[in-house]
Amino acid sequence: MLGYIGKRLLQSVVTLLVIITIVFLLLRLLPEEGYLGAAADKMSPEQQEVYLTSLGLRDPILVQLGNFYSDLVRGDFGKSITYRTDVPVLDIIADKIMYSLSFGLAAVALSILVGVPLGILMAQMKGRWLDRLGTGYIVFIVAVPSMVYFLLIQVYITDIFKLPMLFDQDKPISWLLPLISLALGPIASYAMWMRRYMVDELNKDYIKLARAKGVKERTLMFSHVMRNAFIPLAQYLPATILFTITGSIYIESLYSIPGMGGLLVDAIQRQDNAVVQGLVLIFSSLGIIGLFLGDIAMALVDPRIKLGRGESVR
Amino acid sequence: MGLYSEEIRNITDKSSEQLFEFASSDESKAEQSGYSNYSYWRSTWKSFLKNKLAVFLLILVIGIVFFVLIQPYLPYQKSPTEIYLDEETGYQVRNLSPNDEFWFGTNSIGQDLWSRIWAGTRTSLLIGVVVAFVEVIVGITIGALWGYSRRLETPISHAYNVIENIPTTIVLILMSLILRPSISTIIIAMCITGWVEMARFLRNQIVILRDREYNLASRTLGTPSHRIILKNLLPYLVSIIMLRMSLAIPFAIGAEVFLTYIGLGLPISEPSLGNLINEGRVLMMSPDLRYQLIFPSVVLSIITISFYIIGNSFADAADPKNHV
Repeated sequence: MLGYIGKRLLQSVVTLLVIITIVFLLLRLLPEEGYLGAAADKMSPEQQEVYLTSLGLRDPILVQLGNFYSDLVRGDFGKSITYRTDVPVLDIIADKIMYSLSFGLAAVALSILVGVPLGILMAQMKGRWLDRLGTGYIVFIVAVPSMVYFLLIQVYITDIFKLPMLFDQDKPISWLLPLISLALGPIASYAMWMRRYMVDELNKDYIKLARAKGVKERTLMFSHVMRNAFIPLAQYLPATILFTITGSIYIESLYSIPGMGGLLVDAIQRQDNAVVQGLVLIFSSLGIIGLFLGDIAMALVDPRIKLGRGESVR
Repeated sequence: MGLYSEEIRNITDKSSEQLFEFASSDESKAEQSGYSNYSYWRSTWKSFLKNKLAVFLLILVIGIVFFVLIQPYLPYQKSPTEIYLDEETGYQVRNLSPNDEFWFGTNSIGQDLWSRIWAGTRTSLLIGVVVAFVEVIVGITIGALWGYSRRLETPISHAYNVIENIPTTIVLILMSLILRPSISTIIIAMCITGWVEMARFLRNQIVILRDREYNLASRTLGTPSHRIILKNLLPYLVSIIMLRMSLAIPFAIGAEVFLTYIGLGLPISEPSLGNLINEGRVLMMSPDLRYQLIFPSVVLSIITISFYIIGNSFADAADPKNHV
């Protein structure tokens, strides 16, 4: 087990290094005005050149890459250019990361707590109105771009229930709507998956045998069917984490939650290369950590998983 | 003994020509019994027709595509990009509610929302269809090589394990930041991220199928690999491929909305559903102007849901297990 974790950890670190390099090279392709900030208009071309040289942007690309790595190791993500001029990027992000993480984790928890029971209920009422209603919900959520229903929720639900339209730290009621919106997508995928799984599983021979033996329906559900369902559920966890990362970009800027997603939109619109770079690195690290934890969780709950397989693909 | 031999002799006597006559046989009827009039595509189509909702949505989508293509040539249509001025005051006709002249009203700078919505649908559908096609072609090629060739399996798997770790959204954002926003760059950015899922999906299926007996038989008979892939494996996967393709269209349309929202989408001069929804979002605080958000949202939802349902229903129909 430790060997597997070590190997998987090594893979994640390599991936992270590759991503850092790619992000660095891609962002060097951006127009250089993004580094000059608001002062760009006042500078003569010579001054601009001197400024860019002082930032190290005229060094050979490999030297720049080396500097970039050593800065990262020291925890230096550079300084913001236009968003909050000359404030270290890490400080800006540090203020925001807790909002994003707590919203993200709460949404994941909510989606499992609602999605899984919904899927089970739908499977048990297969073909009846609850199943139809649930299927309609799933089709809508999966097919329609999330932006559309996020907006409609923000416009109409706030109207109907007289809820505040924007996030306010002191009013817990204003946390509710962003959280629910963020969880709608993962709820749909958990319910869809759980329903399909239950329908398949309930047709299997061992269930028929258990029923014929007179095992109680409740025992059957909880100690046979549900227990087997945990393994693939763990498999879905990383995907949910990645999904909430994407969702948070919308939700945070829609409800003006001071989190990283909203910051990313702001930084892109103000062409602040340094902040975008820092955020992209943090988002991809979160993704990698999520997938790593998901794989470990799966190895823990599934005794059949072959530890130490080399080039496995989920 | 004597008793029976007498009878046997009698039988041999009787077994003359009038007892065992040759029946006449019909060659063409013999052919027919060995021939089944089963046709894969016809059966697929037949099973598809059984799902009334999907058929209705298919007709609706075909209708929308047709309408979107001919709309600019119909009478009484306005230009989607021209800013209209009030004849009396000379000001722009801003935020006009739907009326006789502007069927869906006008937007905040006086453009006609009706024609903008159809022009936007045209753009979004174009993006969706192109992205779906590229995704399927690249995805099938790489997925088939990955799943079938044992020599390529390890390197592609290693590459995949790295790529899979990067959130798709981040790649999309980075690519659109670097490439200037236009229809072609949006398509490129989406194609770069899109094929990965398709390739992995196909690879997993091919790994399951490639060592089945019928493929083993083909290989021992000396069938070249490309023929095994094209004739033995891919026809088996038609339903899965069709499903992924029809889902790629709503996802591409959704990704365009996302990119527009974070400010990396198409310029305002190029109407798309993402642009229109974003314009509507800015105005949603005033209830009178919400029609500017609702109209494009409804059109977008109808299109994406239709593709999703048609795709699912077609994938079911294309599965030969459902043909009986």
